[in-house]
Amino acid sequence: MQLMAALRKEFLLMWRTRAQFLAVFVFGATSLLLFSFAIGPNAAALRLHSSGFIWLALLLSSTLSLSESFHVEIEQRAYEGLLLLPTSPRVFFYAKALANWSQLSILGIALIPIMVVLYDAGTDRVLALIGIILLGAAGLSAPGTFYAAMAAQARSKQTLLPLLLFPLVVPVLLAAVKSTSLLIIGDPMNQIRSWVTLLISFNAIYWAVCGLLFGRVLED
Amino acid sequence: MRDNSNPVYTESSRPWTPYALIGIGTVLLLIGSYIGLFVAPAEHYMGDVQRIMYVHVPTAWNAMLVLSVAFIFAVLSLWRGDWKWDNRLESAIEVGVVLSFLLCVQGAIWAKPTWGVWWDWDPRLTTTAVMVFAFLGIMVLRNFVEEPGRRATWSAVATIIAFIDVPIVYFSVNWWNSLHQLQSSPETVSESFHLPLRINSFGILFLMTGVMMIRARLAALRLESELAPPLPADGKSLESGRVPGTGPAVGGNA
Repeated sequence: MQLMAALRKEFLLMWRTRAQFLAVFVFGATSLLLFSFAIGPNAAALRLHSSGFIWLALLLSSTLSLSESFHVEIEQRAYEGLLLLPTSPRVFFYAKALANWSQLSILGIALIPIMVVLYDAGTDRVLALIGIILLGAAGLSAPGTFYAAMAAQARSKQTLLPLLLFPLVVPVLLAAVKSTSLLIIGDPMNQIRSWVTLLISFNAIYWAVCGLLFGRVLED
Repeated sequence: MRDNSNPVYTESSRPWTPYALIGIGTVLLLIGSYIGLFVAPAEHYMGDVQRIMYVHVPTAWNAMLVLSVAFIFAVLSLWRGDWKWDNRLESAIEVGVVLSFLLCVQGAIWAKPTWGVWWDWDPRLTTTAVMVFAFLGIMVLRNFVEEPGRRATWSAVATIIAFIDVPIVYFSVNWWNSLHQLQSSPETVSESFHLPLRINSFGILFLMTGVMMIRARLAALRLESELAPPLPADGKSLESGRVPGTGPAVGGNA
Protein backbone atom coordinates (compact mmCIF):
# COMPACT_ATOMS: atom_id res chain seq x y z
CA MET A 1 0.00 0.00 0.00
CA GLN A 2 2.83 2.40 0.98
CA LEU A 3 4.76 1.33 -2.12
CA MET A 4 1.73 2.04 -4.29
CA ALA A 5 1.39 5.54 -2.79
CA ALA A 6 5.12 6.22 -3.32
CA LEU A 7 4.89 4.85 -6.88
CA ARG A 8 1.90 7.09 -7.57
CA LYS A 9 3.97 10.09 -6.44
CA GLU A 10 6.88 9.06 -8.69
CA PHE A 11 4.71 8.56 -11.77
CA LEU A 12 2.99 11.88 -11.13
CA LEU A 13 6.43 13.54 -11.01
CA MET A 14 7.42 11.73 -14.20
CA TRP A 15 4.28 12.96 -15.94
CA ARG A 16 4.85 16.54 -14.84
CA THR A 17 8.45 16.48 -16.10
CA ARG A 18 7.65 14.69 -19.40
CA ALA A 19 9.42 17.42 -21.42
CA GLN A 20 12.65 16.27 -19.76
CA PHE A 21 12.03 12.69 -20.92
CA LEU A 22 11.71 13.97 -24.48
CA ALA A 23 15.06 15.75 -24.14
CA VAL A 24 16.69 12.53 -22.86
CA PHE A 25 15.19 10.60 -25.80
CA VAL A 26 16.59 13.15 -28.28
CA PHE A 27 19.98 12.80 -26.55
CA GLY A 28 19.84 8.99 -26.89
CA ALA A 29 18.85 9.20 -30.57
CA THR A 30 21.65 11.71 -31.25
CA SER A 31 24.15 9.38 -29.54
CA LEU A 32 23.01 6.52 -31.80
CA LEU A 33 23.56 8.73 -34.83
CA LEU A 34 27.01 9.84 -33.64
CA PHE A 35 28.24 6.29 -32.88
CA SER A 36 27.84 5.39 -36.56
CA PHE A 37 30.53 7.94 -37.45
CA ALA A 38 33.07 5.94 -35.43
CA ILE A 39 32.59 2.93 -37.74
CA GLY A 40 31.99 4.64 -41.08
CA PRO A 41 29.49 3.69 -43.80
CA ASN A 42 30.18 -0.06 -43.60
CA ALA A 43 26.64 -1.52 -43.32
CA ALA A 44 27.78 -4.97 -42.13
CA ALA A 45 30.04 -3.51 -39.42
CA LEU A 46 27.30 -1.13 -38.26
CA ARG A 47 24.82 -4.01 -37.94
CA LEU A 48 27.41 -6.07 -36.06
CA HIS A 49 28.00 -3.28 -33.51
CA SER A 50 24.40 -2.05 -33.27
CA SER A 51 23.74 -3.88 -29.99
CA GLY A 52 26.68 -2.12 -28.32
CA PHE A 53 25.56 1.24 -29.67
CA ILE A 54 21.99 1.01 -28.37
CA TRP A 55 23.18 0.02 -24.88
CA LEU A 56 25.80 2.76 -24.79
CA ALA A 57 23.14 5.27 -25.88
CA LEU A 58 20.86 3.98 -23.13
CA LEU A 59 23.66 4.10 -20.52
CA LEU A 60 24.63 7.69 -21.40
CA SER A 61 20.98 8.77 -21.46
CA SER A 62 20.40 7.05 -18.11
CA THR A 63 22.96 9.33 -16.40
CA LEU A 64 20.88 12.33 -17.50
CA SER A 65 17.55 10.97 -16.29
CA LEU A 66 18.96 9.36 -13.13
CA SER A 67 20.86 12.47 -11.99
CA GLU A 68 17.62 14.42 -12.24
CA SER A 69 15.52 11.79 -10.45
CA PHE A 70 16.23 13.18 -6.95
CA HIS A 71 16.38 16.80 -8.08
CA VAL A 72 12.92 17.81 -6.85
CA GLU A 73 13.24 16.11 -3.45
CA ILE A 74 16.70 17.57 -2.77
CA GLU A 75 16.00 21.08 -4.09
CA GLN A 76 12.79 21.51 -2.12
CA ARG A 77 14.23 19.55 0.89
CA ALA A 78 11.19 17.32 0.49
CA TYR A 79 13.16 14.17 1.31
CA GLU A 80 13.45 15.35 4.92
CA GLY A 81 9.65 15.37 5.10
CA LEU A 82 9.53 11.95 3.44
CA LEU A 83 11.93 10.58 6.05
CA LEU A 84 9.61 11.73 8.82
CA LEU A 85 6.79 9.59 7.44
CA PRO A 86 6.20 6.32 9.37
CA THR A 87 7.50 4.17 6.55
CA SER A 88 10.75 2.47 5.54
CA PRO A 89 13.22 4.31 3.26
CA ARG A 90 13.23 1.10 1.22
CA VAL A 91 9.72 1.98 0.02
CA PHE A 92 11.11 5.24 -1.43
CA PHE A 93 14.01 3.40 -3.01
CA TYR A 94 11.88 0.76 -4.70
CA ALA A 95 9.31 3.33 -5.86
CA LYS A 96 12.03 5.58 -7.30
CA ALA A 97 13.92 2.64 -8.84
CA LEU A 98 10.72 1.26 -10.41
CA ALA A 99 9.90 4.70 -11.83
CA ASN A 100 13.44 5.00 -13.23
CA TRP A 101 13.20 1.45 -14.58
CA SER A 102 9.96 2.22 -16.44
CA GLN A 103 11.44 5.44 -17.82
CA LEU A 104 14.62 3.70 -19.04
CA SER A 105 12.58 0.82 -20.48
CA ILE A 106 10.37 3.19 -22.46
CA LEU A 107 13.50 5.02 -23.62
CA GLY A 108 15.18 1.75 -24.68
CA ILE A 109 12.10 0.52 -26.53
CA ALA A 110 11.76 3.93 -28.25
CA LEU A 111 15.39 3.71 -29.41
CA ILE A 112 14.87 0.29 -31.08
CA PRO A 113 13.24 1.69 -34.28
CA ILE A 114 16.07 4.24 -34.60
CA MET A 115 18.63 1.43 -34.28
CA VAL A 116 16.76 -0.63 -36.90
CA VAL A 117 16.63 2.30 -39.34
CA LEU A 118 20.21 3.54 -38.84
CA TYR A 119 22.00 0.18 -38.63
CA ASP A 120 19.62 -2.19 -40.43
CA ALA A 121 19.60 -4.18 -37.19
CA GLY A 122 16.18 -5.79 -37.23
CA THR A 123 15.14 -9.04 -35.57
CA ASP A 124 12.13 -11.34 -35.77
CA ARG A 125 12.23 -11.87 -32.02
CA VAL A 126 10.91 -8.43 -31.10
CA LEU A 127 9.31 -9.58 -27.83
CA ALA A 128 12.58 -11.18 -26.74
CA LEU A 129 14.42 -7.95 -27.58
CA ILE A 130 11.93 -5.96 -25.49
CA GLY A 131 12.47 -8.47 -22.67
CA ILE A 132 16.24 -7.88 -22.82
CA ILE A 133 15.67 -4.10 -22.78
CA LEU A 134 13.46 -4.52 -19.67
CA LEU A 135 16.06 -6.68 -17.90
CA GLY A 136 19.00 -4.44 -18.86
CA ALA A 137 17.11 -1.29 -17.82
CA ALA A 138 16.39 -2.93 -14.46
CA GLY A 139 20.12 -3.63 -14.03
CA LEU A 140 20.91 0.04 -14.70
CA SER A 141 18.09 1.56 -12.66
CA ALA A 142 18.67 -0.13 -9.25
CA PRO A 143 22.34 0.92 -8.77
CA GLY A 144 21.64 4.09 -10.76
CA THR A 145 18.89 5.18 -8.34
CA PHE A 146 21.09 4.27 -5.38
CA TYR A 147 24.07 6.32 -6.54
CA ALA A 148 21.86 9.15 -7.84
CA ALA A 149 20.59 9.61 -4.25
CA MET A 150 24.21 10.00 -3.09
CA ALA A 151 25.35 12.17 -5.99
CA ALA A 152 22.35 14.50 -5.62
CA GLN A 153 23.54 15.44 -2.12
CA ALA A 154 27.24 15.78 -3.04
CA ARG A 155 29.07 18.41 -5.02
CA SER A 156 29.98 17.73 -8.68
CA LYS A 157 27.01 15.36 -8.96
CA GLN A 158 27.24 15.25 -12.77
CA THR A 159 30.77 13.83 -12.50
CA LEU A 160 30.20 11.61 -9.49
CA LEU A 161 27.25 9.57 -10.80
CA PRO A 162 28.95 8.14 -13.93
CA LEU A 163 32.19 7.59 -11.98
CA LEU A 164 30.39 5.39 -9.45
CA LEU A 165 27.83 3.84 -11.76
CA PHE A 166 29.73 2.91 -14.93
CA PRO A 167 32.21 0.40 -13.45
CA LEU A 168 29.45 -1.21 -11.41
CA VAL A 169 27.09 -1.84 -14.32
CA VAL A 170 29.72 -3.33 -16.66
CA PRO A 171 28.52 -6.94 -16.07
CA VAL A 172 24.91 -5.90 -16.78
CA LEU A 173 25.96 -3.97 -19.86
CA LEU A 174 28.07 -6.88 -21.11
CA ALA A 175 25.23 -9.39 -20.70
CA ALA A 176 22.67 -7.01 -22.25
CA VAL A 177 24.90 -6.22 -25.26
CA LYS A 178 25.68 -9.89 -25.84
CA SER A 179 22.01 -10.94 -25.56
CA THR A 180 20.89 -8.15 -27.92
CA SER A 181 23.65 -9.06 -30.36
CA LEU A 182 22.59 -12.74 -30.36
CA LEU A 183 19.02 -11.67 -31.18
CA ILE A 184 20.14 -9.44 -34.07
CA ILE A 185 23.02 -11.46 -35.54
CA GLY A 186 21.60 -14.92 -34.75
CA ASP A 187 22.13 -17.50 -32.05
CA PRO A 188 22.95 -20.91 -33.60
CA MET A 189 24.58 -22.20 -30.37
CA ASN A 190 21.65 -21.08 -28.15
CA GLN A 191 23.94 -18.98 -25.92
CA ILE A 192 21.32 -16.39 -25.04
CA ARG A 193 20.00 -18.40 -22.09
CA SER A 194 23.29 -18.12 -20.14
CA TRP A 195 23.55 -14.35 -20.77
CA VAL A 196 19.94 -13.81 -19.68
CA THR A 197 20.64 -15.85 -16.53
CA LEU A 198 23.62 -13.57 -15.82
CA LEU A 199 21.39 -10.50 -16.31
CA ILE A 200 18.74 -11.88 -13.97
CA SER A 201 21.39 -12.77 -11.35
CA PHE A 202 22.89 -9.27 -11.36
CA ASN A 203 19.42 -7.73 -11.20
CA ALA A 204 18.60 -9.86 -8.16
CA ILE A 205 21.89 -8.85 -6.44
CA TYR A 206 21.60 -5.12 -7.21
CA TRP A 207 17.89 -4.80 -6.34
CA ALA A 208 18.41 -6.66 -3.04
CA VAL A 209 21.70 -5.03 -1.91
CA CYS A 210 20.79 -1.46 -2.97
CA GLY A 211 17.37 -1.74 -1.30
CA LEU A 212 18.98 -3.05 1.87
CA LEU A 213 21.55 -0.22 2.09
CA PHE A 214 19.44 2.68 0.81
CA GLY A 215 18.22 3.67 4.28
CA ARG A 216 21.81 4.48 5.31
CA VAL A 217 22.28 6.81 2.33
CA LEU A 218 19.24 8.92 3.23
CA GLU A 219 19.74 8.85 7.02
CA ASP A 220 23.16 10.49 6.86
CA MET B 1 24.62 8.30 13.47
CA ARG B 2 28.35 8.16 14.24
CA ASP B 3 29.58 8.05 17.80
CA ASN B 4 31.77 11.10 18.37
CA SER B 5 32.45 10.23 22.00
CA ASN B 6 35.13 7.72 21.00
CA PRO B 7 38.57 9.16 20.30
CA VAL B 8 39.26 9.63 16.59
CA TYR B 9 42.99 9.41 17.02
CA THR B 10 44.75 7.79 19.95
CA GLU B 11 48.52 7.63 20.17
CA SER B 12 49.67 4.09 19.54
CA SER B 13 51.69 2.44 22.32
CA ARG B 14 53.88 0.94 19.60
CA PRO B 15 54.24 3.71 16.97
CA TRP B 16 57.18 1.94 15.35
CA THR B 17 55.11 -1.16 14.42
CA PRO B 18 54.17 -0.04 10.85
CA TYR B 19 57.77 0.97 10.12
CA ALA B 20 58.99 -2.42 11.39
CA LEU B 21 56.42 -4.16 9.15
CA ILE B 22 57.53 -2.09 6.15
CA GLY B 23 61.16 -2.94 6.93
CA ILE B 24 60.46 -6.70 7.26
CA GLY B 25 58.30 -6.60 4.11
CA THR B 26 61.02 -4.86 2.08
CA VAL B 27 63.69 -7.35 3.22
CA LEU B 28 61.39 -10.31 2.41
CA LEU B 29 60.60 -8.83 -1.02
CA LEU B 30 64.31 -8.37 -1.76
CA ILE B 31 65.09 -11.96 -0.68
CA GLY B 32 62.12 -13.41 -2.58
CA SER B 33 62.95 -11.42 -5.71
CA TYR B 34 66.61 -12.49 -5.53
CA ILE B 35 65.60 -16.17 -5.31
CA GLY B 36 63.02 -15.65 -8.07
CA LEU B 37 65.48 -13.91 -10.38
CA PHE B 38 68.71 -15.84 -9.75
CA VAL B 39 68.04 -19.13 -7.90
CA ALA B 40 64.71 -20.55 -9.15
CA PRO B 41 64.92 -22.35 -12.52
CA ALA B 42 63.56 -20.72 -15.67
CA GLU B 43 60.12 -21.93 -16.77
CA HIS B 44 60.18 -24.47 -19.61
CA TYR B 45 58.09 -22.57 -22.22
CA MET B 46 58.33 -18.89 -21.27
CA GLY B 47 61.92 -18.85 -20.03
CA ASP B 48 63.00 -15.85 -17.95
CA VAL B 49 59.83 -13.90 -18.79
CA GLN B 50 57.94 -16.09 -16.31
CA ARG B 51 59.98 -14.65 -13.41
CA ILE B 52 57.57 -11.70 -13.23
CA MET B 53 55.17 -14.22 -11.70
CA TYR B 54 57.04 -13.86 -8.39
CA VAL B 55 55.68 -10.34 -7.98
CA HIS B 56 52.51 -10.60 -10.12
CA VAL B 57 50.85 -13.50 -8.28
CA PRO B 58 51.67 -12.21 -4.75
CA THR B 59 50.36 -8.77 -5.79
CA ALA B 60 47.13 -10.39 -7.03
CA TRP B 61 46.64 -12.38 -3.81
CA ASN B 62 47.26 -9.35 -1.62
CA ALA B 63 45.08 -7.05 -3.77
CA MET B 64 42.16 -9.49 -3.37
CA LEU B 65 42.93 -9.78 0.34
CA VAL B 66 43.07 -6.04 1.04
CA LEU B 67 39.86 -5.36 -0.91
CA SER B 68 38.14 -8.14 1.05
CA VAL B 69 39.46 -6.52 4.24
CA ALA B 70 38.05 -3.19 2.96
CA PHE B 71 34.65 -4.89 2.67
CA ILE B 72 34.92 -6.09 6.30
CA PHE B 73 35.94 -2.57 7.44
CA ALA B 74 32.96 -1.14 5.51
CA VAL B 75 30.54 -3.52 7.25
CA LEU B 76 32.09 -2.73 10.65
CA SER B 77 32.01 1.01 9.91
CA LEU B 78 28.28 0.83 9.16
CA TRP B 79 27.48 -1.59 11.96
CA ARG B 80 29.60 -0.14 14.78
CA GLY B 81 29.68 3.52 13.70
CA ASP B 82 33.20 3.89 15.10
CA TRP B 83 35.51 6.31 13.25
CA LYS B 84 38.49 3.93 13.41
CA TRP B 85 36.78 1.59 10.92
CA ASP B 86 36.27 4.47 8.50
CA ASN B 87 39.95 5.44 8.77
CA ARG B 88 40.94 1.83 8.16
CA LEU B 89 38.48 1.61 5.26
CA GLU B 90 40.08 4.66 3.63
CA SER B 91 43.54 3.13 3.95
CA ALA B 92 42.42 -0.30 2.68
CA ILE B 93 40.70 1.16 -0.41
CA GLU B 94 43.74 3.25 -1.33
CA VAL B 95 46.22 0.40 -0.84
CA GLY B 96 43.83 -1.94 -2.73
CA VAL B 97 43.60 0.43 -5.68
CA VAL B 98 47.40 0.85 -5.81
CA LEU B 99 47.96 -2.93 -5.67
CA SER B 100 45.26 -3.58 -8.32
CA PHE B 101 46.80 -0.94 -10.58
CA LEU B 102 50.25 -2.52 -10.12
CA LEU B 103 48.65 -5.88 -10.89
CA CYS B 104 47.38 -4.54 -14.24
CA VAL B 105 50.78 -3.01 -15.09
CA GLN B 106 52.67 -6.22 -14.21
CA GLY B 107 50.10 -8.24 -16.17
CA ALA B 108 50.57 -6.00 -19.22
CA ILE B 109 54.38 -6.37 -18.99
CA TRP B 110 53.97 -10.17 -18.84
CA ALA B 111 51.32 -10.23 -21.59
CA LYS B 112 53.35 -8.40 -24.25
CA PRO B 113 56.06 -11.09 -24.75
CA THR B 114 53.72 -14.05 -24.12
CA TRP B 115 50.38 -13.04 -25.70
CA GLY B 116 51.84 -10.48 -28.14
CA VAL B 117 49.68 -7.62 -26.81
CA TRP B 118 49.82 -5.35 -23.75
CA TRP B 119 46.10 -5.78 -23.07
CA ASP B 120 43.47 -8.30 -24.06
CA TRP B 121 39.70 -8.06 -23.40
CA ASP B 122 39.84 -11.33 -21.56
CA PRO B 123 37.35 -11.86 -18.65
CA ARG B 124 40.06 -11.73 -15.95
CA LEU B 125 41.63 -8.54 -17.29
CA THR B 126 38.27 -6.87 -17.93
CA THR B 127 36.87 -7.65 -14.48
CA THR B 128 40.13 -6.50 -12.84
CA ALA B 129 39.99 -3.19 -14.73
CA VAL B 130 36.35 -2.78 -13.65
CA MET B 131 37.38 -3.48 -10.04
CA VAL B 132 40.11 -0.80 -10.16
CA PHE B 133 37.67 1.79 -11.52
CA ALA B 134 34.92 0.82 -9.06
CA PHE B 135 37.20 1.41 -6.06
CA LEU B 136 38.78 4.47 -7.70
CA GLY B 137 35.23 5.88 -7.88
CA ILE B 138 34.91 5.42 -4.10
CA MET B 139 38.16 7.34 -3.57
CA VAL B 140 36.71 10.18 -5.68
CA LEU B 141 33.45 9.96 -3.70
CA ARG B 142 35.39 10.47 -0.47
CA ASN B 143 36.95 13.62 -1.90
CA PHE B 144 33.60 15.01 -3.06
CA VAL B 145 31.81 14.66 0.29
CA GLU B 146 32.97 17.10 2.94
CA GLU B 147 30.77 16.10 5.89
CA PRO B 148 32.73 13.30 7.67
CA GLY B 149 29.72 11.27 8.87
CA ARG B 150 28.10 11.24 5.45
CA ARG B 151 31.46 10.46 3.81
CA ALA B 152 31.99 7.48 6.13
CA THR B 153 28.51 6.02 5.55
CA TRP B 154 28.46 6.55 1.80
CA SER B 155 31.93 5.13 1.20
CA ALA B 156 31.04 2.11 3.35
CA VAL B 157 27.87 1.32 1.38
CA ALA B 158 29.65 2.00 -1.93
CA THR B 159 32.44 -0.40 -0.87
CA ILE B 160 29.92 -3.12 -0.03
CA ILE B 161 28.35 -2.76 -3.48
CA ALA B 162 31.70 -2.51 -5.32
CA PHE B 163 32.91 -5.64 -3.51
CA ILE B 164 30.44 -7.65 -5.66
CA ASP B 165 33.14 -7.47 -8.38
CA VAL B 166 35.94 -9.00 -6.26
CA PRO B 167 34.71 -12.65 -6.30
CA ILE B 168 33.82 -12.17 -9.99
CA VAL B 169 37.47 -11.24 -10.68
CA TYR B 170 38.68 -14.31 -8.75
CA PHE B 171 36.32 -16.80 -10.41
CA SER B 172 36.26 -15.20 -13.89
CA VAL B 173 38.90 -17.66 -15.17
CA ASN B 174 36.67 -20.57 -14.11
CA TRP B 175 33.36 -19.13 -15.32
CA TRP B 176 34.38 -17.95 -18.81
CA ASN B 177 36.79 -19.08 -21.53
CA SER B 178 39.86 -17.06 -20.63
CA LEU B 179 43.28 -16.43 -22.14
CA HIS B 180 44.49 -15.91 -18.57
CA GLN B 181 45.59 -19.04 -16.74
CA LEU B 182 43.59 -20.52 -13.85
CA GLN B 183 44.29 -19.40 -10.26
CA SER B 184 47.83 -20.21 -9.14
CA SER B 185 48.15 -22.53 -6.14
CA PRO B 186 50.79 -25.00 -4.84
CA GLU B 187 49.00 -27.68 -6.90
CA THR B 188 49.24 -25.75 -10.19
CA VAL B 189 52.79 -24.38 -9.79
CA SER B 190 56.03 -26.38 -9.85
CA GLU B 191 57.55 -27.02 -6.41
CA SER B 192 60.75 -25.11 -7.28
CA PHE B 193 58.67 -21.93 -7.70
CA HIS B 194 56.98 -22.17 -4.28
CA LEU B 195 59.66 -20.53 -2.10
CA PRO B 196 60.03 -17.16 -3.90
CA LEU B 197 56.23 -16.98 -4.34
CA ARG B 198 55.65 -17.53 -0.61
CA ILE B 199 58.42 -15.13 0.52
CA ASN B 200 57.18 -12.36 -1.80
CA SER B 201 53.56 -12.94 -0.74
CA PHE B 202 54.47 -12.37 2.90
CA GLY B 203 56.76 -9.48 1.89
CA ILE B 204 53.91 -7.64 0.14
CA LEU B 205 51.54 -8.56 3.00
CA PHE B 206 53.85 -6.97 5.62
CA LEU B 207 54.60 -3.95 3.42
CA MET B 208 50.91 -3.44 2.68
CA THR B 209 49.91 -3.77 6.36
CA GLY B 210 52.55 -1.24 7.42
CA VAL B 211 51.48 1.28 4.77
CA MET B 212 47.82 0.76 5.70
CA MET B 213 48.56 1.45 9.37
CA ILE B 214 50.36 4.71 8.53
CA ARG B 215 47.60 5.73 6.09
CA ALA B 216 44.88 4.99 8.69
CA ARG B 217 46.79 7.15 11.17
CA LEU B 218 46.92 10.01 8.65
CA ALA B 219 43.18 9.61 7.98
CA ALA B 220 42.53 9.77 11.74
CA LEU B 221 44.58 12.97 12.06
CA ARG B 222 42.70 14.59 9.16
CA LEU B 223 39.37 13.51 10.63
CA GLU B 224 40.33 14.93 14.00
CA SER B 225 41.00 18.34 12.45
CA GLU B 226 37.68 18.14 10.54
CA LEU B 227 35.69 17.29 13.65
CA ALA B 228 37.47 19.87 15.84
CA PRO B 229 35.45 23.02 16.64
CA PRO B 230 36.43 26.18 14.72
CA LEU B 231 39.14 28.44 16.12
CA PRO B 232 37.98 31.33 18.33
CA ALA B 233 37.38 34.70 16.67
CA ASP B 234 40.53 36.25 18.18
CA GLY B 235 42.59 33.79 16.17
CA LYS B 236 44.21 32.15 19.22
CA SER B 237 44.26 28.40 19.00
CA LEU B 238 42.64 26.45 21.77
CA GLU B 239 44.89 24.02 23.54
CA SER B 240 45.45 21.01 21.21
CA GLY B 241 42.87 22.45 18.77
CA ARG B 242 39.74 21.34 20.60
CA VAL B 243 37.39 22.32 23.36
CA PRO B 244 38.39 20.29 26.44
CA GLY B 245 35.87 17.58 27.19
CA THR B 246 33.85 17.97 23.99
CA GLY B 247 36.10 17.11 21.09
CA PRO B 248 37.94 13.92 20.39
CA ALA B 249 41.08 13.15 22.34
CA VAL B 250 44.42 13.41 20.64
CA GLY B 251 45.85 10.20 20.04
CA GLY B 252 46.25 6.94 16.88
CA ASN B 253 44.46 4.54 15.46
CA ALA B 254 46.54 2.23 13.47
